[in-house]
Amino acid sequence: MTQMTRIPVLELPTPSFKTRARQALNDEQLRRNFRVAMDSLMTKRLAIMSDPDERERLREMGNHIRARALSKLPDLLEKLEANLTRNGIQVHWAETVDEANAIVQSIAEAHKAKHLIKGKSMVSEEMNMNHVLEKQGIECLESDMGEYIIQLAGQKPSHIIMPAIHMNAAQVASLFSDTLGTEYTTDVDELIQTGRHVLRQKFFEADIGISGVNFAVAETGTLLLVENEGNGRMSTSVPPVHIAVTGIEKVVENLRDVVPLLSLLTRSALGQPITTYVNMISSPRKSHELDGPQEVHLVLLDNGRSQAFADGELRQTLNCIRCGACMNHCPVYTRIGGHAYGTVYPGPIGKIISPHLLGLENTPDHPSASSLCGACGEVCPVKIPIPSVLRRLREENVKPPEATPHLLRGQGSKYSSRERLAWKSWRKLYTSPTLYKSFTYIATRLRNVTPRNVGPWSKHHAAPKPASRSLHELAREHLGEDKA
Amino acid sequence: MNARNNILDKLRKSVAGSTPINDNYDISLVTKPWSYAPEERINRLRTLMEAVHTEIHITTQKNWPPLVEQLLHDKQIPSLLIAPNTPHGRQLEAYWNGKAELPSLKAYDRPIEQWKADLFNETPASLTGTLGAITATGSLVLWPDQHEPRLMSLVPPLHIALLHASKIEDNFYTFHEKYKWREGMPTNALLISGPSKTADIEQVLAYGAHGPKDLVVLIIKDA
Repeated sequence: MTQMTRIPVLELPTPSFKTRARQALNDEQLRRNFRVAMDSLMTKRLAIMSDPDERERLREMGNHIRARALSKLPDLLEKLEANLTRNGIQVHWAETVDEANAIVQSIAEAHKAKHLIKGKSMVSEEMNMNHVLEKQGIECLESDMGEYIIQLAGQKPSHIIMPAIHMNAAQVASLFSDTLGTEYTTDVDELIQTGRHVLRQKFFEADIGISGVNFAVAETGTLLLVENEGNGRMSTSVPPVHIAVTGIEKVVENLRDVVPLLSLLTRSALGQPITTYVNMISSPRKSHELDGPQEVHLVLLDNGRSQAFADGELRQTLNCIRCGACMNHCPVYTRIGGHAYGTVYPGPIGKIISPHLLGLENTPDHPSASSLCGACGEVCPVKIPIPSVLRRLREENVKPPEATPHLLRGQGSKYSSRERLAWKSWRKLYTSPTLYKSFTYIATRLRNVTPRNVGPWSKHHAAPKPASRSLHELAREHLGEDKA
Repeated sequence: MNARNNILDKLRKSVAGSTPINDNYDISLVTKPWSYAPEERINRLRTLMEAVHTEIHITTQKNWPPLVEQLLHDKQIPSLLIAPNTPHGRQLEAYWNGKAELPSLKAYDRPIEQWKADLFNETPASLTGTLGAITATGSLVLWPDQHEPRLMSLVPPLHIALLHASKIEDNFYTFHEKYKWREGMPTNALLISGPSKTADIEQVLAYGAHGPKDLVVLIIKDA
């Protein structure tokens, strides 16, 4: 673990977002790693989406497909369940992460499974599945190279597509030589071959494979997974049992809907025309087939999604296809990295989904950790208006906690009666010409006694001092009104 | 069932009174920018697949077995996994028959449980067919079945895939429409666009992550 700054990421809310952000900003290596990676991802995306007309029309289509799916979500979920069940895939529902973990655990127990191998799944991160199962004596090993690296390091993903993006080759080299006893090398090919060697044996031995789902197709009862490494295929094809875990929003209506979504996903995420593998699973092994899992399960997790779903504006959060483009283009994320957010989903999408998963009281600073520059909204392949959703969450966060309707868990966590009073006074002042005139007259005449300390602003800036005369006065003088 | 009902109840309450959005799927948007003249297809497929380290050879229905022999010889591969109950499996066996000192042919003819260790540790290469390919993205399409199981294109470090030039379609939309996928999907359908790879360490591209390290595509020109 030499050369590595460990930022606590497991439990919210200590230390605070601000503390973690400050730690990250002081870590030059971390900032360099992110800067280089994000620059490269932005360049690649732009290169492969070089036709603005095609890109914008496809984004519009992506938005429409997701909005359409969400507009009939309950029906599509039932249709998905019926078709999966007909195909032989067992469907489970979980309102909370505890319920989802209990389902996975009970399947593992039914098979006396002790070794699970996982493809890549952000929902399993929401569930903290590895740690929960480990406490029950069940090993749950990550097999995506990036996920494997951070699991070895005892960390959490710092990016939803590139989980170990915060580390460089030297850090991975030290980690491998410390934990696996391999010879220190910074040759990436050699490091990957080490991972391949260790994990091949694990795929071979695993009792159950775990995966996420990129799109669940209601029409055909198909689970679609994209990946480059082959670990997703290994996890879903080699072990005798496959459990897929996913959020209830991942359903799409028709098979053809995945055509544009797939193109948007891989191009936005990695600048690739397509990933090496697109793996479409529609049933467990049939009786005459020679390989594939004998049992396939799908766990559909809510975990706060139905809360976002209840509000028309916030529902758009669920359009997300988890490409990570918003974080790649975010000036805040690029500077502080993923761990500073302290949540499973970092960056812009993390700031709008995490309040639903964890409650606004546990993510009070997230909606504010944005300059509202708009880059995230501009690149989002399914056109989630992230900046306006952030503004909306800021509003919900300062509402009186008892205000109704109570839409969000933890709403009003930043409510302050003083702040509310200040804004009320400001409104009064700025909507009443007489009051405003008196105020500016007094403020300009008493300019030398205005406070020097105006909170956090004056930490790094001089306190604002009114001019000797107000703009209105100057204008009147200029127009000669005073003389009249 | 409680969780199911609770979730669905909440969702239903939230959509109550609203009208579902109509489907205005614009087919031209996913087909027009991705259409090619027939003679362009092989070149584009080749360019895209070679860009991600795929080895491509153009051959004929008659000449592909000797080409496989040559490839295995050049790569010093001692054995090849084949699907004996497929036309191409039979063609290769017939070609191999009676020749001395060729790499041994291994048949995938029993459930994986009976020879898993052998597949993982003693099977350096495999040969499979394909359903076709997609020009737009440089992807092979595979529908593994009981004769040619899915692990053939995944576990052996070298995967040789046969592709008939006439089965190359322009884009994913036309492909899945042509084969009417929505009327019935197989247990597992795959798009494969190169050997396995990762850029998880410092975004440095490395091939041979968990699946095949090498992918060789033999494009069979039918005429």
